[in-house]
Amino acid sequence: MHYMIAFNELPDDFAKRQDPDAAGPYWGAWNAYMGAMGQAGVMVQGNGLLPPDTASTVRLRNGQREVHDGPFADTKEQLAGYCIIDVADLDAALDWAAKSPAALTGSVEVRPVMPPPNA
Amino acid sequence: MRENPAGLPRDHAELVARDSYGKLLALIARRTRDVAAAEDALSEAFAAALNSWSENGVPSNPQAWLLTVARRNAGQAFRKGMVRQNAQHVIEMMHDEAQSNTGSDRVDDRLRLLFVCAHPAIAPDIRTPLMLQTVLGVDAARIGRSFFVKDSTMGQRLVRAKAKMRDAGIPFDMPEPTDLPARLNDVMAAIYAAFTIGWSDLDAYAENGQDFVDEALFLARLVVDALQMQAEPKGLLSLMLYCEARRPARTGTDGGFVPLAEQDSTLWSRDMIRYAENWLRRAAALGTPGRYQTEAAIQSYHVQLSQSPDLPGDALLKLYDALITQTESLGAAIARAAAYARCGRPEAALAQLDSLPLGLIQDHQPFWVARATILAAYGHFDDAAAAFDTAIAKTNDPALRSFLTQKRKMTLTT
Repeated sequence: MHYMIAFNELPDDFAKRQDPDAAGPYWGAWNAYMGAMGQAGVMVQGNGLLPPDTASTVRLRNGQREVHDGPFADTKEQLAGYCIIDVADLDAALDWAAKSPAALTGSVEVRPVMPPPNA
Repeated sequence: MRENPAGLPRDHAELVARDSYGKLLALIARRTRDVAAAEDALSEAFAAALNSWSENGVPSNPQAWLLTVARRNAGQAFRKGMVRQNAQHVIEMMHDEAQSNTGSDRVDDRLRLLFVCAHPAIAPDIRTPLMLQTVLGVDAARIGRSFFVKDSTMGQRLVRAKAKMRDAGIPFDMPEPTDLPARLNDVMAAIYAAFTIGWSDLDAYAENGQDFVDEALFLARLVVDALQMQAEPKGLLSLMLYCEARRPARTGTDGGFVPLAEQDSTLWSRDMIRYAENWLRRAAALGTPGRYQTEAAIQSYHVQLSQSPDLPGDALLKLYDALITQTESLGAAIARAAAYARCGRPEAALAQLDSLPLGLIQDHQPFWVARATILAAYGHFDDAAAAFDTAIAKTNDPALRSFLTQKRKMTLTT
């Protein structure tokens, strides 16, 4: 089955990306994690995302486009990246999710990718 | 086998349904990885059995017949695209059928399904109902009643939980041994709930009740075997054996309910009590106390009390004090209050009852019985009468109802 694992991070985690002291360990942990998934052959695709202050959200209401600055929900934890992985079942997906650096400080959401409609 | 084509096959199908529903469902669900689809396939198989068995007689192995038909139904549903599932599992199921292999290995399929239903990705409050429905075959309405939830609400929550299991890809394999202890509490809660449902139904619909009791004892033994280093499954088995040992004394010759204190202890099963004591000893030897061991120890106290009536009450109160730190069960809190009242400590008893949240107790019949008894014992007859009336209004079981009515009369006129 294909699962999306979505990594949510705290503001502190996002800040580490720019912090000269913390950036090394931060990226090292992510590279090791992504590398392990690649090595295990479970990675289908995945991307990191720039911080939530670069996000823009758009809605179409009564034919009018409404754009606002920031992510769709103003919560403490914010989406920091995602992967699509191909594993046997939920337990395998949860195991990979638990190994991610985001699991230590933020949270990781695991969701099945919608299967193709029945022929 | 056609002596009675009208009656016999139906009886037979019902018998197989009672004996093997959980086992058959667990076998099919393991392959479909879809509990709802497995339930549909199995109920179609039972319907087909009623037709086919009255035409052709009851097959020599009714369970194998049902399993084959149900698997074929599940396969057809898959091919028609009615069921979304992993093709690999359906192919394995077809393979099982071709091999006419029951698909079982060393682990009992019911045990496996119990632990699957306790998966941490399933909402905690629906795990026990899910196990009761799938493994023990208790219907949603009955589950709703014992969890004080409306039938329709319980039904919807069960449907949602089964959809989550299927769509999220929760594995139907036995969890790793390291994951078992974390799931154990939910599994034990379901087994104990089945036992309690069986017990409280025994007067109302005798046969069904005994099935739940037997199944609960059987499953508890499986859990004891699977997790030998865990004390609590042994405590649970011991607790249920103590209760079961006393069952012959629970109903009077007139079919009326007889409370523990008034039971004729010569009617208790000595063999079962010995087994219960043995399991409790083995549990205690592991040195990890818990709720079920404490409850079993309370039962053990009552057995000893029947032999030596001057046993100090303090020991019992200590057990109850321990129990309410180990479980949030309402029953435990109420039983503790009753024990304090029996030991001449009414203030402590009423304080315990008054500390319970109103939302939990207002529909809880045992609470009102305990409150009525304690109030009456200390001369508050008007309040006691009101509490008895509430308790009687909340009782469905006819034997218990007439017991309470009589008790109300006796308590309030002496």
